[in-house]
Amino acid sequence: MSTPANPLPETAPPVLVIPAQTDEPNGAYEPGKPDSARQLVLGLVFGVVFGFLLQKGGVAHYEVLMGQFFLTDFTVIKVMLTAVTVGMLGIFSLRALGLVELHVKPTRYAANIAGGLLFGVGLGLLGYCPGTGVAALGQGNYDAIAGIFGLMAGSYLYAETSGYLGSTIQKIGNRGLIMLPDVLGMRLAVFLAVFVPLLVLGLFVMALLAP
Amino acid sequence: MENESGAWSPYLVGTLIGLLSMATFYFSNKPLSVSTAYARLAGMIGNLFARGHTENLKFYQDTKPKIEWGVMLVFGMLLGAFIAAVSGGEITPTWVPVLWEQRFGPDIALRLGMAFVGGAILAYGARLAGGCTSGHGISGALQLSVSSWIALACFFVAAVATAHLLYRL
Repeated sequence: MSTPANPLPETAPPVLVIPAQTDEPNGAYEPGKPDSARQLVLGLVFGVVFGFLLQKGGVAHYEVLMGQFFLTDFTVIKVMLTAVTVGMLGIFSLRALGLVELHVKPTRYAANIAGGLLFGVGLGLLGYCPGTGVAALGQGNYDAIAGIFGLMAGSYLYAETSGYLGSTIQKIGNRGLIMLPDVLGMRLAVFLAVFVPLLVLGLFVMALLAP
Repeated sequence: MENESGAWSPYLVGTLIGLLSMATFYFSNKPLSVSTAYARLAGMIGNLFARGHTENLKFYQDTKPKIEWGVMLVFGMLLGAFIAAVSGGEITPTWVPVLWEQRFGPDIALRLGMAFVGGAILAYGARLAGGCTSGHGISGALQLSVSSWIALACFFVAAVATAHLLYRL
């Protein structure tokens, strides 16, 4: 599939011609500069909400996450798929209004696949995600402390090898900031008009098969 | 396995996380992402013991080890989960999850060792893949990043295989 390297997805999709505002609406974020006190407080507040929701959703329980991987408890997928569907509609609507800019993640096929598989193995062993692990600690699951130390150790180990990885595996299949509609050669609006109903349908099917 | 009795509907929680995502984009110009915060914290510890070495690592030249938005997010998550658990009467201080104990017994060291090893593998993979369940699984996926949908599929396949090897062999 010939997907042209596409370093600037902000300008790539031809559908939404309203450009995202270059100056960010509230409190500019400039990479390299320390976050403002306002940003730090916002981060804390958003974190409180996020942690609260993860705990209330039950996904911070070891048994619920492992149940997802045994394919006996579909709570985690229900939460994630709903969040993705609502967020997708919301973010692309806000972007069409010029209120937000996208932060698409770079695609490097080899690193995404190898890293994704390693992540999954670790996830099966730990039984918490980086997000639900800290929520698990908040509800009294102290084994998450060992998990958090492991997360920090693994991160530092990655940093140790980051120079080597950057010149090897990170270069294999490096496609830049591509989005699903780019790969399929579809316009963004058309893709969303098909994909969002499919996600909703998926949620309904799951609600029927795994209530 | 049933939901915990006090749990909210997964569709309600998912909807609220989707709305929270919109809020972080609008107010902070940032997507929800968690795992990088652990890398920054690890770098801050690295700075205590071997500052020159840590600063020279390629990763920490791009991702500065410091307290920023994402680290504050994680601190907030700990507090938010605590508030939620207290308000729902779900504070359950325990070192070994019930399911783990049924399979591997009550040995705390075994569970902590496995959690540490699992956490290390997970974090290495997250950095290599470019995100975790939040950064790729929610934020990247909702922005239609190709990398995120690939990573999400790999997370799931490998976790299903690992969970079955651990519990169903």
